[in-house]
Amino acid sequence: MQSPLDSRLQEAETQRFATQDWFAELRRQGWQQFSSLPLPKRTDEKWRFSDTRSLSLEHFCLAGVPSDEVVDRLIAQSHFISRPSGLLVHIDGHCVLRPALAPELATQGVKFESFEDALRHHPALLKEYILKHCAGLGGEKFLALHQAWLRSGTVLYVPKNVEIKQPFVSVHWTATEGVAIFPHTLVIAEDGAKVTLHDFQCSAEPQLRALAISAADLYAGKGATISRLAVQAWGLATQSFEIANTCGAKESLITSVNAALGARRARLENTIRIQGEGADVRLYGISVATGEQEFDQRTLQVHDAGNAKSDLLFKNVLLDKARTIFSGLIKVAPDAQRTDAYQTNRNLLLSPEAEADSLPGLEIEANDVKCSHGATTGQVNPEELFYLLARGIPLPVAQELLAEGFLEEVLAKVDDEEAAAVVREMFRQKFHS
Amino acid sequence: MSENDESQAQREAIEVDRTKGDFKYAEDYAFDAGVGLNPQVIDYISKVKGEDPWILEFRQKALKIFSDMPMPTHWATQDLDAINFDAIRYYLAKGQKPVRTWEEVPDDVKETFERLGIPESERKFLAGVEAQFDSEAVYSRMKDELEKQGVIFCGPTEGLRDHPDIFRKWFGKVIPAGDNKFAALNSAVFSGGSFIYVPKGVKVAQPLQAYFRINAENFGQFERTLIIADEGSEVTYMEGCTAPKFETATLHSAVVELVALKGAKIQYITVQNWSANVFNLVTKRGVAEEDAEVRWIDCNIGSRLTMKYPGVVLRGKRARGEVLSIALANDGQHQDTGAKMIHAADETSSNIIAKSISVGAGRSTYRGLVHMPKTLKNCKNNTECDALLINEHSRTDTYPAISVRGQKNSVQHEASVSKVSAEQIFYMMQRGLSEGEAMSLAVNGFVNDLVKEFPMEYSVELKRLIELQMEGSVG
Repeated sequence: MQSPLDSRLQEAETQRFATQDWFAELRRQGWQQFSSLPLPKRTDEKWRFSDTRSLSLEHFCLAGVPSDEVVDRLIAQSHFISRPSGLLVHIDGHCVLRPALAPELATQGVKFESFEDALRHHPALLKEYILKHCAGLGGEKFLALHQAWLRSGTVLYVPKNVEIKQPFVSVHWTATEGVAIFPHTLVIAEDGAKVTLHDFQCSAEPQLRALAISAADLYAGKGATISRLAVQAWGLATQSFEIANTCGAKESLITSVNAALGARRARLENTIRIQGEGADVRLYGISVATGEQEFDQRTLQVHDAGNAKSDLLFKNVLLDKARTIFSGLIKVAPDAQRTDAYQTNRNLLLSPEAEADSLPGLEIEANDVKCSHGATTGQVNPEELFYLLARGIPLPVAQELLAEGFLEEVLAKVDDEEAAAVVREMFRQKFHS
Repeated sequence: MSENDESQAQREAIEVDRTKGDFKYAEDYAFDAGVGLNPQVIDYISKVKGEDPWILEFRQKALKIFSDMPMPTHWATQDLDAINFDAIRYYLAKGQKPVRTWEEVPDDVKETFERLGIPESERKFLAGVEAQFDSEAVYSRMKDELEKQGVIFCGPTEGLRDHPDIFRKWFGKVIPAGDNKFAALNSAVFSGGSFIYVPKGVKVAQPLQAYFRINAENFGQFERTLIIADEGSEVTYMEGCTAPKFETATLHSAVVELVALKGAKIQYITVQNWSANVFNLVTKRGVAEEDAEVRWIDCNIGSRLTMKYPGVVLRGKRARGEVLSIALANDGQHQDTGAKMIHAADETSSNIIAKSISVGAGRSTYRGLVHMPKTLKNCKNNTECDALLINEHSRTDTYPAISVRGQKNSVQHEASVSKVSAEQIFYMMQRGLSEGEAMSLAVNGFVNDLVKEFPMEYSVELKRLIELQMEGSVG
C-alpha cells in the first residue's frame, strides 16, 4: 500500500484535516511553496561544500500502518531508558504507542501526545506554536515539504512552574523500504517549567532506504529549562533533514545535544533565538561518520536580546570516506549588548580520505560583547597514541579509545546518565561495525 | 552629545587631518581612452602601449570574461552594484615612455612627491623606487648595484616587451583572467604596476618600493604586478598609497601575482589609506614552490569598500605561506578582507593573523579559505582573527571556510570579538590621558604585535594613521 508523493495524494491526505481549516491550509501552502522552490545548487552559499548533486526527493512514498508483528518488535526495542515520564512510538509516521501519562502529571496540565492527537485536542496550542519560523539556513524547500506532509510527531507541553525530572521519550522508526516520513517535535515549557525530552530516530533494518524530513520547535518561557537529546540513528541509506528552531525567553536555560550516527546524508539546521535577557542556550553536536556518510551541520545563534549567553560545540569523528560540514554563524543584533556567545567545531580525522569542512562565522553589530569561535581539524594526539601503544594496546583499539574520549566532552553534557550510556554504546557499536 | 553631533564631530576630526592628502592638479593628459569600456578602448590601450598581438588578444578575451561574469553579490555585499562601469576612465597616461632620471620628471609630479613626503634624498636610500603617477609609471630608477645583480624592476609594458622570456611564462598564470570578475577587468585594461625579476641566489637587501596615487576624478587604477623570485633569492616589495578625496566613486582594481621558485622568499607589504569613496577590489595571489616562502603583510585603512583576500598556493614541499593583516573600518566603510591558503604539497604550512578594528558605523569582515586536499600529509595551518569594536554600532563579521582531508594534516582557527576594556581606559585616564588618547593607545596596543612586522617607516606611518582614525571616535 504505497503511493508516490504527488499533488493528488497531498490533496487527498490534506482533506482528512478538513475540520481543521487552518491546518489544511498550512499543508496546502507548504505544498505550493515546495513546488515553486528550486532544489539547492552547488553554488548556493548556504549549501557550500554539500553534495547537492545527490539530492533527490523522487521515489519515496508514504507507507501504510505496520503489521502487528513489526509493531511488537519495534516497541520492544524502544525502551531506551527504564522509567521515562512517557514513551511515544511512531513507525513509518503512524503512532503505535500512546503514552499513559501518570495521573499527577495529567492533573498538573502536562500534555505529552502524538501530533495527531494534539491536533484534535489542542488545536489552538499547535496553531500558535508550530512552524512559526522560516528556515533561514538553506532548507526552505525541505521545510516546505515537511509542512506539506505534516501529520505525525510529538507534542510536549509543560505548564507554568511544573518541574518534571524523569525524561519523556519519543521514538520514530522507519520500517518500509522507500518510506518518507515527516516527524515534528514541539516542546513548550511555560515560565518556570522544567522538562527533558529524548528523541530517537531509528530504522528497523540497518540498510533501509528512507526519506526523513523532521522539524523541531522548542520554546522555553521565562526562567524555563528544556533539555533535549536528539539521536539520529536512521538506516544507512536514509536521507535525513532536520530543521530545528529553539527560542529562549528571559532567563531560560536550554540544552540541546544532537548525536548523529545514521543516514547516508544527514543535514541538521539548527537556529537558536535568544529573545530575553539572561537566557542561556547550549547547543551541542557529536557524530561518528563512516563509509560515505555526509553529516551537514548548519547552525545559527541569533542574539536579539542582550545580556544573554549561547554556547555551541560540535565534535565530529571521521573515518573511511566520510565527510562532515560544520557551518555556524553567531549573529548579534545592534542592541544585544553584553552578549556572550561561543562556537567551537572540532573534527578528528581518522582516515586520509575523510573530509572535514568548517565554516565558523560571526556577524556582530554590538560592541560590548564577548564572542569567539574556534575550529580545529586534526588527528589523534601522537603522544597520547604512543602512550597507549607502549602499553600494548593495538592501534585500532587505541584510536577508538581516544575517539571515545574525544566524544565524551559532549556526552558529559547529557544530564540523564542512563541516556548518555545508551548513546555511548551506540557510538561504540558503530566503531565496531 | 546626541548621536548626530557625535558622528559629525567624528567626521570633522577625520576630515581635518585627511586634508593633508587632499591635493589635486590640473588634469592634462596626453593619452586618454575616454569614458566607459568596450573592445575599442582595449584596442586603443594596447596600441598606445605598442603591445604585441598576444597581449591584445589576452586583453580582449579578458574583457569578454568580464562582461559575461555576474557580480559576486550572492556572497559579497550589494554595494558592488553601486559601481557604474560606464562612468570610469580606463586608461590615461602622462607620457608614452616612463622616464628614467629624476631630471626628466615633470615639475608637478615632483611636487606631488614632495607633499607625499618622499623627497629625492630619501629615495637615494631606497633600493629602487618605482613611483607610479596615474596609470603609467612616470618615474623609475634603480640603484646601480641592483642592476648589476641582474634584478629587473620595470612596468608591465616594458617587462612584457623587453623580457618576454622571463615574464610571459608566469603572466596571468597565478591569477588567470577568469579567476573573478575584477581580475578579468584588470586583465583587460591593466596599465602601470611593477614587474620584478630577482635572479637565482640574489638577496635584495633593501625593500623595493612603489608609491602611486590616483589623481583624476572618476579614474580607475588598474595596475598589474608580477614578481618572480628565482631559486634561492629573496625580495621585499612595499606598496603604499594615499589618495586624494573625490566626490564620485573611484574604482581601484589591481592584480598582483607572486612567484617564489625553489627556496625563494617574497615579502609583499601594503599599507593603503584610500579616501572614503574608493572601491578597492584587488586580487593578490602567490605561488610558493619547494621550500619557498610567500608572506603578505597587508594593512587596509580607508576606502568605501575593500575586497581583498591575499592568497598563497603552496605548490612545493615544505613551502610556507603567511598573511598578516590589519584592517580599520570607519563610518561608511567596509573592509572585507581575509586570506586564502591552498595547500598543494606535503609538509606545507601556513599562518594567518588578521586583526580588524571597526570605528563608528564601520564594518570589517574577515573571509578566509584554507584548503587541504586528500593527497597530502603533514600540512599545518594556524588562523587567528581578532576583531575590536569601538562604538556601539560598529560591526564585524567573520566567515572562514576550512576544508581538510589527507593524513596528519592539522588546522586550527580561532576568532574573537571584543571591545576595549573599560578598565584599561579608566587606568589611562586616571593618569591624565584624554579618553580619545587612551582609546588610540589601546587600539595601537591591539595591533602592536602585527605592526612590529612592518618596516620601520611603515610602522610609524601606520601608528599615525591609526591615531588619526581614532580621533573623535569617543566622547
